[in-house]
Amino acid sequence: MTSGNSFLTRQELLGLAVVSLLILVVLPASVDIFRLNLIGKYLTYAFVAIGLVLCWGMGGILSLGQGVFFGLGGYCMAMFLKLEASTPEATKIQSTPGIPDFMDWNQLTELPWFWEPFHSFPFTLVAIVALPSLFAFVIGAAMFKRRVGGVYFAIITQAIAAILTILIIGQQGYTGGVNGITDLRTLLGWDIRTDSAKYVLYFVNAGLLIAVIVAAQAVRKSKLGRLLVALRDKEDRVRFSGYDVANFKIFAFCLAAAFSAIGGAMFTLQVGFMSPSFVGIVPSIEMVIYTAVGGRLSIFGAVYGTLLVNWAKTTFSETFPELWLFGLGALFIAVVLVFPNGLAGLYRSYLQPHVDRLLGVKKPADDDEPASDAVPEAAARAAE
Amino acid sequence: MTEKTRSENAFSLRRRELLAGMASIPMMSMLGGPVRAQDYPTAEVNTTGLAVTDDTVTVGILHSVTGTMAISETGSVQAEKLAIKQINEMGGVLGRKIEFIQEDGASDWPTFAEKAKKLLVNDKVASVMGCWTSASRKAVLPVFEQYNGMLFYPTFYEGLEESPNVIYTGQEATQQIIAGLDWVAKEKGAKSFYLLGSDYIWPRTSNKIARKHIEEHLGAKVVGEEYYPLGHTQFNSVINKIKLKKPDVIYAIVVGGSNVAFYKQLKAAGIDMTKEKPVLLTISVTEDEILGIGGENIVGAYACMKYFQSLDNPNNEAFVAAFKEMWGDDIVIGDVTQAAYLGPWLWKLAVEKAGSFDIDKIKAALPGIEFDKAPEGYVKVHENHHLWSKTRVGRARDDGQYDLVYETADLVEPDPFPEGYQ
Repeated sequence: MTSGNSFLTRQELLGLAVVSLLILVVLPASVDIFRLNLIGKYLTYAFVAIGLVLCWGMGGILSLGQGVFFGLGGYCMAMFLKLEASTPEATKIQSTPGIPDFMDWNQLTELPWFWEPFHSFPFTLVAIVALPSLFAFVIGAAMFKRRVGGVYFAIITQAIAAILTILIIGQQGYTGGVNGITDLRTLLGWDIRTDSAKYVLYFVNAGLLIAVIVAAQAVRKSKLGRLLVALRDKEDRVRFSGYDVANFKIFAFCLAAAFSAIGGAMFTLQVGFMSPSFVGIVPSIEMVIYTAVGGRLSIFGAVYGTLLVNWAKTTFSETFPELWLFGLGALFIAVVLVFPNGLAGLYRSYLQPHVDRLLGVKKPADDDEPASDAVPEAAARAAE
Repeated sequence: MTEKTRSENAFSLRRRELLAGMASIPMMSMLGGPVRAQDYPTAEVNTTGLAVTDDTVTVGILHSVTGTMAISETGSVQAEKLAIKQINEMGGVLGRKIEFIQEDGASDWPTFAEKAKKLLVNDKVASVMGCWTSASRKAVLPVFEQYNGMLFYPTFYEGLEESPNVIYTGQEATQQIIAGLDWVAKEKGAKSFYLLGSDYIWPRTSNKIARKHIEEHLGAKVVGEEYYPLGHTQFNSVINKIKLKKPDVIYAIVVGGSNVAFYKQLKAAGIDMTKEKPVLLTISVTEDEILGIGGENIVGAYACMKYFQSLDNPNNEAFVAAFKEMWGDDIVIGDVTQAAYLGPWLWKLAVEKAGSFDIDKIKAALPGIEFDKAPEGYVKVHENHHLWSKTRVGRARDDGQYDLVYETADLVEPDPFPEGYQ
């Protein structure tokens, strides 16, 4: 962190203020709890999208398997909640009371060993971040130390997403299979299904998201961030300058995994279940699309991109139940054709000059990536 | 708009000939003359803020019309729309026309949960007809229980569930399985069984029940039990094992696209199901699946469920005619499609019995509801929210239909938590 830049430029401060205002004040004030809960769900994907900005946009590491980490985080939380919901009284109709219902249906008679630690909430909280990071470290170390990168890395992460889905579905006695872990009720005795709980969870989620934005911003501004950009553009040159390239890449990948996992855990809390459909290839690629729509270099763009795509998905599918996939496809094609740099690119070309004049900034200053927040109108549309 | 008009015209044409055909069928709600909405003021029949006005009531339809499940769930959507149309033709429910909001579950379980919540919380629908797979039902169940909605679920399924907020219009596992096994043991003298299925909760639970019944009640033996992932297409190894073990019965619960590969490979391996050595008995192949498998590949197999399109009774004749009129002559109707058709009717009868749209009142009214216009014959709602229904065995013809070969004399009691089978 010795780059000499101020931590946030004026534009970035403005961007942070706008995004905080939007998710902490405007959205909660303008929509009902059902829609707010949906937006909370969308925002959990924004954690993944921000991770992808760091690792793909800045570091050039395209991961098509971020769903794995989102899923791991979500499953850790779901296991804790499921154990809490499976008290012997609540499950007394089962052949073996006290174990989760799906285990009973699969003729398991005792809790598998790896479920035991999830009785503890502190352990669960640690595991949510630590397990996916550790997994990312193993993958990252195995790949980057051997200088596997680019397309090969993308393919391998995709394969890992596929493998994990098959594993979860195949081991249904231990994981709930294709149904996932459902019917989660309380967190430490607090009913997470009530409207008031949904409000609380939304704000916890929003607070965590802002913390993650700030953390990502800190990384971007640090020497590490500059090195990531450098090794994206000319990896050999960085290596010849004496840096251990692999370690930087591993760090970025682990950080993205940890962000995704936090999103996954918040997803489980807000939606009330976790299933393998968030782990596989399709959701992983969807998450890359959110980042692309937002503009893959922009941390704020990632948040708006996620909101926009998910809002479009929900609205199209509510309006045209049989045709909505075409609408969504058209949106993606339009993004790529018309504004390849995503929402952030639109902002930079049309709005930033005006904002700069207002702020009294002469030029997009000393920034390596002239990225900033996206179009407020798009955000407003996403809020509906 | 034009499409709507066209289908309405088609409907009224059909209606004339249908009415002639149905003259002999008693129409319960018509006995007391037409029901008028003003006899049931909205404030009295709707005390919980559901989407009920002086002339309309809104229900939800929640199935996958995109994604891998669309091929299976489309039939259910069609059946539900047909039932709603017919009910509206008869004057609606408590004098109110039924309108529906259709949402797409997109073959994705979390989407089902999101849309269920939208229907209940935003649209305040008076009931929902929907879901198909167990996974989608498990995903929406907490939503229905939390917001006190009413779901009519059409698919035959594994049981082990009994929610006050769901009416299960398909058969639970014991209804579908036990009578069929008894029949094959008695009529075909079956002594050994080979169980196989796709690897998820329904086939596994069903085979668990089947195994207990075979071993403990029929005194026969199970010579093999195997599972394959959904979408699996290589069944040669299990077919070789079957040829080696020579079971009297292959009991198959393969679902979805895997069926096509399984039956083609069985045929290619020289197992001729028309010779009944071994007998093939399935609980997962309806007329809809045969469209994909091809009748020539499955001719001679036996299927055990509660409804076949070929059932010979006046209710079914009228139903099949109406269905084809609305959705085209090429359409086939499987077991689940018929069960989906029951949903709107049972809901209507419950609302009329309760004299109210309130969920708690129709919940109380539902047990004991009888519906004698059902295409499958007469059905009745059990206390446990499943239906009493007959179990039938059909034999596949090469044109993709089934010939009825056996049906239980009485309605079979639903037993979602079967003692001794768990």
